Amino acid sequence: MWSSPFITAPSSVSQIMLRVLIALIPGIAMYVWYFGPAILVSITLASITALACEAAMLKLRNRPLKPFLSDFSALITAWLLALSIPALAPWWLVVVGTAFGIVVAKQLYGGLGNNPFNPAMVGYAVLIISFPLHMTHWITPHTLGGAELSFGEQLNYIFNGVLPGGMTLDAVTMATPLDTLKTQLHLGLQVNDIRNMPIYGYLAGKGGEMVALGFAIGGIYMIFARIINWVVPTVYLGSLFVIAGIFHLADPAHYATPLFHWFAGAAMLGAFFIYTDPVGGPTTFRGRLFYASGAALLTYLIRVFGGFPDGVAFAALLMNICIPLIDIWTQPKVFGKKGGGK
Amino acid sequence: MISALLVMIGISLLLGAVLGFSAIKFKVEGNPLVEKIDAVLPQTQCGQCGYPGCMPYAEAIAKGEADINKCPPGGEEGIRKLAELLGVDYKPFGEGAGPRAKAVAFIDEQTCIGCTLCIQACPVDAIVGAAKQMHTIIASECTGCELCLAPCPVDCITMEPIGEHIGNWKWTYPVIPLIQVAAK
Amino acid sequence: MRTLYKFHGGVHPPTHKEESTRTPIAQAAIPSRLVIPLHQHVGNRAVPDVQVGDHVLKGQIIGRPEGRLSSAVHASTSGTVSAIDMQLVAHHSGLPDLCITITPDGKDEWIAHKGVDYKQTPHTDLRHILRHAGVVGLGGAVFPSDMKSYSNKHKIKTLVLNGAECEPYITCDDLLMRERASDILRGAEVLRTLLYAEEVLIGIEDNKPEAIASMRQAVLDGNHENMEVIAVPTLYPGGGAKQLIRVLTGIEVAAGVRSTEMGTQCFNVATAYCVWRAITYGEPLLSRIVTVTGNVDHPQNYEVLLGTPVDELVKQSGNRADTNRHIMGGPMMGVDLPSGAVGVTKATNCIIEGSDALFPPPPPALPCIRCTRCAEVCPAELQPQELYWFAKAKDFGKTQEYSLFDCIECGACAYVCPSQIPLVQYYRFAKSEIWQREQEAQAAEVARERHEFRAERIEREKREKAERLAQKEREATAAREAFTLAQALAAKQAAELSAKQAADPAFEPDNTQQMRIDAAIVRAKAQVAAEHPNNTEMLTPQQKAEIAEIEARRAHIREMASNAGADDEPPKSNKDK
Repeated sequence: MWSSPFITAPSSVSQIMLRVLIALIPGIAMYVWYFGPAILVSITLASITALACEAAMLKLRNRPLKPFLSDFSALITAWLLALSIPALAPWWLVVVGTAFGIVVAKQLYGGLGNNPFNPAMVGYAVLIISFPLHMTHWITPHTLGGAELSFGEQLNYIFNGVLPGGMTLDAVTMATPLDTLKTQLHLGLQVNDIRNMPIYGYLAGKGGEMVALGFAIGGIYMIFARIINWVVPTVYLGSLFVIAGIFHLADPAHYATPLFHWFAGAAMLGAFFIYTDPVGGPTTFRGRLFYASGAALLTYLIRVFGGFPDGVAFAALLMNICIPLIDIWTQPKVFGKKGGGK
Repeated sequence: MISALLVMIGISLLLGAVLGFSAIKFKVEGNPLVEKIDAVLPQTQCGQCGYPGCMPYAEAIAKGEADINKCPPGGEEGIRKLAELLGVDYKPFGEGAGPRAKAVAFIDEQTCIGCTLCIQACPVDAIVGAAKQMHTIIASECTGCELCLAPCPVDCITMEPIGEHIGNWKWTYPVIPLIQVAAK
Repeated sequence: MRTLYKFHGGVHPPTHKEESTRTPIAQAAIPSRLVIPLHQHVGNRAVPDVQVGDHVLKGQIIGRPEGRLSSAVHASTSGTVSAIDMQLVAHHSGLPDLCITITPDGKDEWIAHKGVDYKQTPHTDLRHILRHAGVVGLGGAVFPSDMKSYSNKHKIKTLVLNGAECEPYITCDDLLMRERASDILRGAEVLRTLLYAEEVLIGIEDNKPEAIASMRQAVLDGNHENMEVIAVPTLYPGGGAKQLIRVLTGIEVAAGVRSTEMGTQCFNVATAYCVWRAITYGEPLLSRIVTVTGNVDHPQNYEVLLGTPVDELVKQSGNRADTNRHIMGGPMMGVDLPSGAVGVTKATNCIIEGSDALFPPPPPALPCIRCTRCAEVCPAELQPQELYWFAKAKDFGKTQEYSLFDCIECGACAYVCPSQIPLVQYYRFAKSEIWQREQEAQAAEVARERHEFRAERIEREKREKAERLAQKEREATAAREAFTLAQALAAKQAAELSAKQAADPAFEPDNTQQMRIDAAIVRAKAQVAAEHPNNTEMLTPQQKAEIAEIEARRAHIREMASNAGADDEPPKSNKDK
């Protein structure tokens, strides 16, 4: 029986998810501008895989397709995964990652709202552990002026694995700026010298920093449109800044600046799009503080001291594990029971 | 080597002493499990489980002699609580042994002969009356166990089901239809 | 400038107030019948005080209050009682309850009534008047005002008057404040006197400027001291008693705590108005202002007689054919009435005629995505998504850990949920399940006690019976022993006598009389032993001695009778007898 309330605010899950997708567009636009349209292929491929996998799983679970497919949550998983892996990734890499994320990390746990882990990050983790080589060949930005593939040649590589005669993969791809930093530091170079290498731009990697800026713009739009809560992004970026700043001040030769860490890798993407995923995230104010600062710490540690180039994904998964405990420990006091009466 | 041995022996003695002291100091009289089981049972004292009352059934369960699905007045809810308490699997009611609608006994005063057989049968003393005097059920105390029906020699006792009225109505579990089933 | 406090959360649903505030309060027509429920208030149901066929006058009591927490019910107009039976009432369940149906005679004849001067009347009498005038809270909670205006031992600093009216569509308090402000404030004075309160704060949401102005003017005109009208920000549910108290005084009254314990009390403005009418004019509560709005041609406020069927009321506003539901109250917390035949009650502040256009059926709910928009808007600062999780899993212990009973069911959480989950339905389900389980547990406890007492009683009766039997057994054994002893003694004496006689036939003991008696006794005892009378076990030794004596006397008398005249003859020996 339908009982009160009889009116609801005009909001729906698909509306929220759609706005998130729109907020991703500035970043994607930057990506295409600086790195070429290969990323759009990945995104399309991931989207189709995600929707197909979700439809298949829903059918298996005897659930209606329309409400769940049209809530765009699968598309967000697809886009985030596509943006986390190299644009020139072979098609099967995209498909495997997306399928694993949707099927195992989302549908097998019960579908929308029931997944403890971020599906995109699970897919990324599976890929980077299983196919580390493929995951480190990132496309070079235009501005570097190196050898480049045309769009047709890119498609050829993605789907057929064939490069134009004479070219090697290394000629058209590179490690990420973060990866390069780590390797060069191990080789004994100092941060300042590394920063003068051609792959670096104003703040971080050329091209990459602009993409991060695009994501930041989208993220700020989402905060003002009240799509996401402001606490997690702010605290994450703030903590990352502070932690990086401490290390940088202590030893500028071996630790990069805080702004570098902000605009390198997936920090911006993580801050606004990955850590704000509501399903696996915290539900209380103090919980958000712990979650965001914990994620920032883990990101920095993995980046600087860990074995992987970027720590955003693993930090997300590790903090997802802690969420139930964080929620229980940070329950706020109820109206009237705060002690003191007033 | 010797010192390690001595340390281990010392620790075990200490822990043994602590355990022994606790076993004596914090000993609980009686069998708390039986009381816990009895607290779960609905106290209808009807005997449908085959035991003369809820406490005997609780004792039988604690000893492991009785199954947990023998109590219809407790309902499915009761079986689940017992399963959780004892750490065993849920077991549904047997065929035809499920719970019945809650009912209260009612004596037809035209037919009652005042024999007091039902008064002696009621496990919670919910029948008022005396020899050769009119008998009546105290409805608020009746648990619906139906033990008074059999002894009555003139068959004047009936069970009146407690219907839903505004005083005992409660909200139902919300069911949200996901898939459109065929229209009724 | 008074500082106002904030309460957590709150939402801004579209207010829809302009439709019904264009015209002043109109008098609703006397309907063809009045269906007056006897249970229109919190507490015990009123007991019918009339019978079918009685003619009643306007304001006559038709339902007596019963018990400490109860209120009276009156005839809203003069007429004949046509039925006292179960009718559909305004309740979520759609189940019927006891109602008195009156057929009005159109004369609207008042019963004789007069008021008192509240300043000269003891407070107990004032409360008695309120109870028998049927005055209850008219904000929707219908709590008997006589009990609510009693402050047990707590000092009341602030009396809050609730003119906030935060729910959309409802404007009855707004118009009441515009038109009858002075009587409201006089009623507030009565309440202040009853509670010994210091100050009176009247909270009105700032989307009602005319009402604020009217009430402020009335404060000045009436020279009311220590009374202030305060415009509070428009935010749903700012009209909730606890929320308004928080905004005006900063005090947070927790769930389960009475406002009086925190030094404050809150009454609706309409209740204050009724208090004044009841005390000063002796007018019982038999009508109230009701907003009729929604899918009607001319929405407005009416003064409606209690018991007016909703059908007949909305017809006066021009109800339309495509109306598919009547909602009593507002769209956030209202009750979907089971039928239009239901009578207007003391709790009816508004009737919204609903249609598919106004209240489209909700889409199927999606799973919860834990976005916590609900927690952001909850005025009780709860975690609705956790309550939903546990209520859905029927884990009622956990729901109570997360303070389920602090929920005021305002509906703000369900209002904002993007997955369109009917959250409040889950909380209501959980609450009623928990209540029912508590009742069952209590009943089981009582049954267990009765069972144990019965077992003890039977044990005790068995014990007492065994005691008595043991006692009798002991007495029987003692009596038998005493008898055996006496028998032995008698036999010994007989033997001695016969031995003496045998030894010396001429032996004549000195005391022949005594000898005769002795012999008689012996004979009697032997007779007793030979016959084994039935009640031997019941006899105490004393009784047995007495009986032996009696037997001896009898024997003696028999002997004297048989030996009449032969006194001087020595007795024959035993053998001859």
